[in-house]
Amino acid sequence: MSSSVRIERVTKKFGEFKAVDDVSLEIEEGEFFTLLGPSGCGKTTLLRMIIGFHAIDEGSILFGEKRMNSIPPHRRNIGMVFQNYAIFPHLTVAENIAYGLKARKVDRAEQSARVEEALRLMKLSDYAERSPAQLSGGQQQRVALARAIVIKPSILLMDEPLSNLDAKLRIEMRSVIRDIQQSLGITTIYVTHDQDEALAISDRIAVMNAGRVQQVGRPREIYSRPRNTFVASFIGTTNFLKASVIASDETSVQLKVLDGGIIRLPQRRARVGDSLSLAVRPEEASLVGANDGTTVNGIITKATFLGDTMNYIIELPNGASLDVNEYATAADSLHKCGDRVGLRFDEKKVNIFASASGEALA
Amino acid sequence: MMIITKAKQGAPDRFWKIATWIIFLLVAFFLVYPFAGLLFRSFFSAETGKFGLSNYKQFFGFAYYFRTLGHSFAVSALTTFFAVLLGVPMAYAVSRYNIWGKRLLRILVIISLLSPPFIGAYSWIMLLGRNGFITRLLSGIGITIPTIYGFRGLILVFTLKLFPYVFLYVSGALSSIDGSLEEAAESLGMHGVKKLLTVTFPLIMPTILAGAVMVFMTSLADLGTPMLIGEGYKVLPVLVYEEYMSEIGGNAAMASTLSMVIVVCSLTVLFIQRMIIGKRVFSMNGTHPPAVKPLALPGRIALTALCYAVAFLAVLPQATTIITSFLKTKGPLFVRGFSLESYRSVWFKLSSNIAHTFTYAIAAIAIMILIGILSSYVIVRRKSRLTSLLDLLLMSPYVIPGAVLGISLVIAFNRPPLILTGTAAIMILSYVIRKLPSILRSSSAILYQLDPSVDEASISLGVPPLATFFKITAVMMLPGVISGSILSWISTINELSSTLILYSGQTGTISVAIYTEIFKDSYGTAAALASMLTLATVISLLVFNKITEGKGSVV
Repeated sequence: MSSSVRIERVTKKFGEFKAVDDVSLEIEEGEFFTLLGPSGCGKTTLLRMIIGFHAIDEGSILFGEKRMNSIPPHRRNIGMVFQNYAIFPHLTVAENIAYGLKARKVDRAEQSARVEEALRLMKLSDYAERSPAQLSGGQQQRVALARAIVIKPSILLMDEPLSNLDAKLRIEMRSVIRDIQQSLGITTIYVTHDQDEALAISDRIAVMNAGRVQQVGRPREIYSRPRNTFVASFIGTTNFLKASVIASDETSVQLKVLDGGIIRLPQRRARVGDSLSLAVRPEEASLVGANDGTTVNGIITKATFLGDTMNYIIELPNGASLDVNEYATAADSLHKCGDRVGLRFDEKKVNIFASASGEALA
Repeated sequence: MMIITKAKQGAPDRFWKIATWIIFLLVAFFLVYPFAGLLFRSFFSAETGKFGLSNYKQFFGFAYYFRTLGHSFAVSALTTFFAVLLGVPMAYAVSRYNIWGKRLLRILVIISLLSPPFIGAYSWIMLLGRNGFITRLLSGIGITIPTIYGFRGLILVFTLKLFPYVFLYVSGALSSIDGSLEEAAESLGMHGVKKLLTVTFPLIMPTILAGAVMVFMTSLADLGTPMLIGEGYKVLPVLVYEEYMSEIGGNAAMASTLSMVIVVCSLTVLFIQRMIIGKRVFSMNGTHPPAVKPLALPGRIALTALCYAVAFLAVLPQATTIITSFLKTKGPLFVRGFSLESYRSVWFKLSSNIAHTFTYAIAAIAIMILIGILSSYVIVRRKSRLTSLLDLLLMSPYVIPGAVLGISLVIAFNRPPLILTGTAAIMILSYVIRKLPSILRSSSAILYQLDPSVDEASISLGVPPLATFFKITAVMMLPGVISGSILSWISTINELSSTLILYSGQTGTISVAIYTEIFKDSYGTAAALASMLTLATVISLLVFNKITEGKGSVV
């Protein structure tokens, strides 16, 4: 039976270093939940605490209502897919998949029925008797997934499962994983450092840094309303401009951008005099003629054609530079290096962060 | 609640802790205790029984003792020099030029390495000794050749027997150098010899040195060869053996002191090697193997002939023994014609020696595999101060010559609490201690390659950690362990140095029988026994090649 997971104030120390620092999370039954963060942020450590390979120093982890701290890994009934697949090299594909069923002493007839079903589900039926060494990376990945789900685990854990695959296969496999998860309705906790993957695959994401959870939310929330500057810069690309609040009323707030013009945003708890960072994503700015009622002006120092979009690096008079994207087809004419341009920002989409704390003012 | 938690999660931990401690205690009792006893004993005067440095003073004061140190160093140093001189160019020729029959060449070289050194000594005596075939042949036409006994014979036998270490080490290194490194050197204007001196040799220097150290230590430690061919030219192990034999029933004090001198020599050599290599170890994973240069026909023929000439000299002892074993004999004399007489008399007189060799080796290998798997697992996967110490201790027999180990075991176990002298157990014990390092090394190597997440996958699928070790980890280690144990097996059946100290009337092995038959001038039976060992060695080697699919390294 699929199960919810509750992580309550969990901490893991390695010597003095806190790999996981007072983390609390609630993962719903059947949810696809991703732990996202740079390497060393504690995401894998947390995953290994959930399965039980790392002891829990403080706090508790519950599956449903059951506290798991004292249950050894082999009795937690968790399916896990490892980064390097961890296929047993001395067993065939079918034997690999049957391994967990044998451990559970499932009777023979049911064993072979379930193995067959898993092979079919993962499109591996033709490879049942092959040895793992004869399989491609993508096929090994499927074996690893089949082996993890065939035991009907209450939770499925995946530790950077796609990082060893090439770009194209990665995109294909992530939709395979998502489809399987949906059709089985299994609670899944997925670890990755790849933000695109996390955004594409997850119901919800927890962004982690330095052992702490920075933000939990749906992919769109995290992308469009990051809670702090770390999340804003880790997910996607963000340009930060220094600005200060010059006027504020019930519905709006006016900012003066350093070495630039004034921009009026919908009110977001900002007070006159606050100094803050204005966060603008490359697609939230548009290029217009210089000084055409624009927020800032600058000179294009680099123009890169990316197929569907043009990417411009624009240097401002104060030396800061901005990264701006424009749909190649939407632009009237493509700009080139050395062009003087003005920038207009999308007031509804840009975010502001308090300079001192880096926290979002929402 | 917490207590229950710890008990549950601790079960596999406890198993490994107990296993570690059991192995550690075994090592302490069977290796550290005897060796410490030997060290202790070396400080008791051989004459007065007083504690002090008198034995050491005697060693360095009396030319009779001290000279052997010089002899040992001279023999080992020159052997090493010639082995490098032979091994490096041959390795270069085989790995970089298109000579014919490279596989056969390798097999010949390996056979010469793996067969017991004293067979080499014995065969060269058969050929060039006072009554040797070639000696007689040449004296028939009026040519007398210089004597084979003593210094020259030792160098000849050791060089031909041990250059394969250098050859095998260096050809491994030469073929794992990334070919693009040499190509880069050429593109930067370094050709021919200059390229070799600036790129190739600096890269394989640590490997050459490692091979040289193996040669030096093996020749320094060997007892059988100098016993047979050394005659008046005494080296340290011989002196140890003689002192020990004359002190039997006494306190083996001088033998202990001499033993310590050899161990210190080995350690010094090892230490110098480490100092020289330091951080100059280059990890090379040749993704782009170096090119093999095609030679024009005359050059190709010449180089092939040269390599085979060396390999032929190296396996000549084996060929000689096999031929000799089928010769007709009359007492100590060979007479015209072939027969199976020698084998017949071996069968009637010495079949128990054959049985001993194989049963002891099987017992030793079984124990080695068990201890090897368990201890390499705790050393690699459960690192702690205790397991690092265990690693160091288990590897230490590398620097302890067989005769020294044998004496230390006799001193320790010829009295309570445990009396083992004269039993099969003490011989098996010495084989386990001496050959365990190579099994340990091969199983650790394979464990380092195995990803721990494979174990974790098994645990996550519901198999408890200990069951996972036996179902997954041990099974995956097995190929490495088995290939390692075949090599240990080969050197166990050929072992002489410690056997010579430890055997009794009831526990003689083939190697002991060969040795004693030679001293009884029963060359025919000695040859028959030696041929059996060679045959067993070759068969084992073929099995090894089969298991490792020809990719296994014997050194």
